[in-house]
Amino acid sequence: MQKLNIALPKGRLGEKVYKLLEELGYGCPGMTDGSRKLIFEDEGGMVRYFWVKPSDVDIYVERGAADIGVVGRDILLEHNPDVYELVDLGFGKCRMCVAGVVGQEVSTDRTLRVATKFPGIAKAHYSSKSREIDIIKLSGSIEIAPILGLSDVIVDIVETGSTLKENNLEVKDTIVDISARLIANKAAYRFKNEEVTALAEKIREVLEMRK
Amino acid sequence: MTENILRKEEKTIFDLRALYEAYGYKKYKMSKFEEYDLYAENKSFLAEGNIITFNDTHGKLLALKPDVTLSIVKNAVNGTVLKEYYNENVYRAIDGEYREIMQVGLESIGSDDLFSTCEVILLAKKSLEKISDKYILDLSNAAFVSGLFEDSDIPYDVREKLLECVAGKNTHDIDRIANENGLSADISDKLKGIAQLYGTFESVIDKARELVSNDTMKNALCELEAIYDFMKEVGESDNIRLDFSLINDMSYYNGIIFRGFIDGVPHGVLAGGRYDKLLSKMGKPMGAVGFAIYMNLLDLYFDDVKEYDVDILVTYEDGADIIAMTKMVNMMLGGGRTVRVQKNTDNIRYREHYKYTEGGLEVAKA
Repeated sequence: MQKLNIALPKGRLGEKVYKLLEELGYGCPGMTDGSRKLIFEDEGGMVRYFWVKPSDVDIYVERGAADIGVVGRDILLEHNPDVYELVDLGFGKCRMCVAGVVGQEVSTDRTLRVATKFPGIAKAHYSSKSREIDIIKLSGSIEIAPILGLSDVIVDIVETGSTLKENNLEVKDTIVDISARLIANKAAYRFKNEEVTALAEKIREVLEMRK
Repeated sequence: MTENILRKEEKTIFDLRALYEAYGYKKYKMSKFEEYDLYAENKSFLAEGNIITFNDTHGKLLALKPDVTLSIVKNAVNGTVLKEYYNENVYRAIDGEYREIMQVGLESIGSDDLFSTCEVILLAKKSLEKISDKYILDLSNAAFVSGLFEDSDIPYDVREKLLECVAGKNTHDIDRIANENGLSADISDKLKGIAQLYGTFESVIDKARELVSNDTMKNALCELEAIYDFMKEVGESDNIRLDFSLINDMSYYNGIIFRGFIDGVPHGVLAGGRYDKLLSKMGKPMGAVGFAIYMNLLDLYFDDVKEYDVDILVTYEDGADIIAMTKMVNMMLGGGRTVRVQKNTDNIRYREHYKYTEGGLEVAKA
């Protein structure tokens, strides 16, 4: 057996995924101690984990630093990495939405100003509608952009919708549904085929049972 | 001993050239520039990146070659066999950066029979072997996947999305797209089977047979089996896998496609296939098959770590008899030893250090 290098996203989602992997026999001591260590290796075991920034997981996997990883579909759509997408974990469900000020009609007779953290997704969405847009790339607090008149709409992740509500915004359109995906490096899929497919298969089985 | 001087990468390139020459392929040396029109007409043949263009002195639009295959095909004469290999830098703009990519590749133009396909696949496999003994060569047939769509009326854009899922071995999104577009369970199950199928011929051939739903698919699989049998009979079936998730632009690649991987390199390093359709598009209806190896991806893999820059460092001081010193240094050369002469020990890692003095060379004390 070859050791699998697994990149997990720091935070709630990653912890949830780790719990699942632990149940499937891929545990690693010290992972849940709350220490600040970022790399955990199970001596003589099957796995090595590292915690990375959620939006970086696909980069580690695409470039082969990790064999497999867990990443949100939003990141995959935004970065379009050259990896295999093996399993929809169904965790971290949310939607990529267009949102605007409550009750305000979105004007269609001029260039639409769109504030977002996801310029790639926003561009793809509007170009599929042949709509001319002006992308305003922000890194956070996207919700205030339409209120301050910085943009007409925002493209962002909506989980429960409460943040939108509190900021007097509403969903105008859903672009795609988002959830966490198990991805694999294309070379690792070949050279560690047994290990990678066994893990993916175990996850698929347990998810099927929980349905 | 001269082998030590060559970097692993250079040695590999020599090995590959020797291999192709041995099989009677001729080297094709080309200029760095090509008229832009050639690429404008065949833009989607280039897998990734944009073309870097500029004007020549008469204002004509030229391109820095982004690819060698198109130039070779352009010069091919209808009805004449052409077997050529190349070792060239090509240029592409990828994500806004200008990149120089070193490619070694080979094209066999003029026949569409089983032998020409097998020979090129055999050479692809031997090429990978020259790079590492831990390699994998994946085979597929584009007609197998496109054959599945033959009798269906699935719209083009949905088809493209499904193919993207197949290429990503993504079965959950095949389910989703099938649901959204009301596709039959037969099609979506088979697509999922195609996406997931991976392994040695022996281990997956039965599964592949179950996926066949028409003659096109059947013939596509037969062709793969014939190639595999050939490889087996000539004793070269190890490290070969079947993988239908390999997908190239189908308007050029119509049949057999293959991709090579090296353990330790995160991306596929070799890509190739049969591209008869490109030939007929360019008005030369004949068979063509070839591959390219992306040497730039092997850069890291070939990173030879050397402990020393030179075997011997000789230092001297002002006023030294440089003629006598040079004579002594010349005597030390030979047998592949490297000797560097300079005044100080700065910036150099050496195995031995000699000082040149009036009395000759003496071992420097550490």
